[in-house]
Amino acid sequence: MTEPILNIHGLTKSFGALQVSRAIDLELRPGEIHALIGPNGAGKTTLVKQIAGALRPDAGSVWFDGQEVTALDTPSRARLGMGRTFQISSLSMDYTVLQNAVLGALCHRGDVFRFFRPVMKDRALLEAARRALDEVGLLDFAAQRTSELSHGQRRQLEVAVALTLEPKAFLMDEPMAGLGIEGSQHMMGFLDGLRQRAPILLVEHDMDAVFSLADRISVLVLGEVIASGSVEEIRGNPLVRSAYLGEDEAA
Amino acid sequence: MSKETLLNAALLALLALFPLGAWLADEPFLITLTTRAVIFAIAGVGLNFALGLGGLVSLGHAAFFGLGGYVMGVLAYHAQTYTSLLSWPIELSGTTAMPIIWLFAVALSALLALGIGALSLRTSGVYFIMITLAFAQMLYYFTISWPAYGGEDGLSIYVRNKFIGLNTMDPIQFYLICYGLMLLVLALVWTFSRSAFGLALGAARQNEERVLALGQRPYRLYLTAFAISGAITGLAGALFADLNRFVSPTMFSWQTSGEIMIFVILGGVGRVFGPVAGAALFILLEYSLGGLSDYWHVYLGAILLGVVLFARGGIYGLLTGREVAHD
Repeated sequence: MTEPILNIHGLTKSFGALQVSRAIDLELRPGEIHALIGPNGAGKTTLVKQIAGALRPDAGSVWFDGQEVTALDTPSRARLGMGRTFQISSLSMDYTVLQNAVLGALCHRGDVFRFFRPVMKDRALLEAARRALDEVGLLDFAAQRTSELSHGQRRQLEVAVALTLEPKAFLMDEPMAGLGIEGSQHMMGFLDGLRQRAPILLVEHDMDAVFSLADRISVLVLGEVIASGSVEEIRGNPLVRSAYLGEDEAA
Repeated sequence: MSKETLLNAALLALLALFPLGAWLADEPFLITLTTRAVIFAIAGVGLNFALGLGGLVSLGHAAFFGLGGYVMGVLAYHAQTYTSLLSWPIELSGTTAMPIIWLFAVALSALLALGIGALSLRTSGVYFIMITLAFAQMLYYFTISWPAYGGEDGLSIYVRNKFIGLNTMDPIQFYLICYGLMLLVLALVWTFSRSAFGLALGAARQNEERVLALGQRPYRLYLTAFAISGAITGLAGALFADLNRFVSPTMFSWQTSGEIMIFVILGGVGRVFGPVAGAALFILLEYSLGGLSDYWHVYLGAILLGVVLFARGGIYGLLTGREVAHD
């Protein structure tokens, strides 16, 4: 079996008396989509934040690409190759779609402290940005101001910006939320192919998407991974059914 | 050509032609008035780089304006009195050469901004405003209580400093120097804001989380922007002191910080040429309303209130609409 690119050991985090992560173990191997599901308030986003470096765990460790990154901050982890997309779109709203993508490509290249050459005329950056926009299907909207995009288009742009980083692994927090049926289909097809380039840790609410895309699924309930395994194993797991799927069906 | 480009061109043309007309009509007072506007514009362009592009609301830019002023005052004072500025560790004398004074004003203001910024940028929002204000006030009271350079009375320089080939005491010639420097500063800021740095800085203003996730540290972007911003405002301070041939602690006062911010807000926050329009309008109001009443600031306040409530983008927002996303 190949070495996991992302490895999480015993990650524990509390906010006061509230335990949001309880000794979580998780791994992401090359070529896979590992889905993280769980009811609202299960601590999914809190976990993603700890993996990305935005939140420090109380205990446990995060290993990425063969090195421990627990003590590193967000920018350092991003530069090691973590490509994160946010649950709530986190984009530069005054900028055009193209500018957001160029920003990603620029930060990836790293030469931010350049003062004289116009950045929007930089061929290499423009090419990388356009390629990423094309992949998610946003190239036609390149000149649009980001604040004018629909919610779904912003999700797509989130993914495009992550693409410009050419990451070693993606952390995607609900990339399909608000996409609509057609948009979801398109994004699913895209993510399906993307896993070959870099594995994806996918936090997702859309069960159909998760069950058709994921190689493995981990179920998080009240900060605890109650089950982890293949799609079939999760589907058949009685714990999961009662804790999560059952609730869904009842709702 | 976009509306914004047209307005920029109109503004520059007006600021070139008006003093020329005043010169032909032999009205040196009007030339001096326009010189004030141009110098204030430079100070505003400096603040706008931090405030507009970086979102750093500094209420302490008088620190740099004042430092620039005192750099000019101290250097010229020692040159004119033939006393040495420093005898240890190196022998240093003053100078009356404008370019050297500008160089010192820019370098020292940038250093001061690095120091103030390094501490202030650990905070944000209201705390950042208060801390920058506090630093400027510290310098204000320091100059008041430091007798070597006039203390509260300030320091007079009887002859304007020199610039090769020009008679700087002639209002129109001094105006040309200031106008040329304004063009240079505008060109630089215009270029910076379209550079890789400008893109990243603007992104940090809009969304720090995003910039962090892309592997960059907003703090370093902010600090660099703050230093550039302080340096430009420092240059304006040196020119302002030379214009008046006088420097006093007032240049460090919080009213000065407030006025520089008014130029930015009146003109349009974040628009490169905004403070030029803002400073010109400010001088126009000061001149026209100041003639009506000593309490002209009341009217200025009302206008400012109107801008903040109904025309957020200032003059530029009103005349050219939202900034076109440039690519």
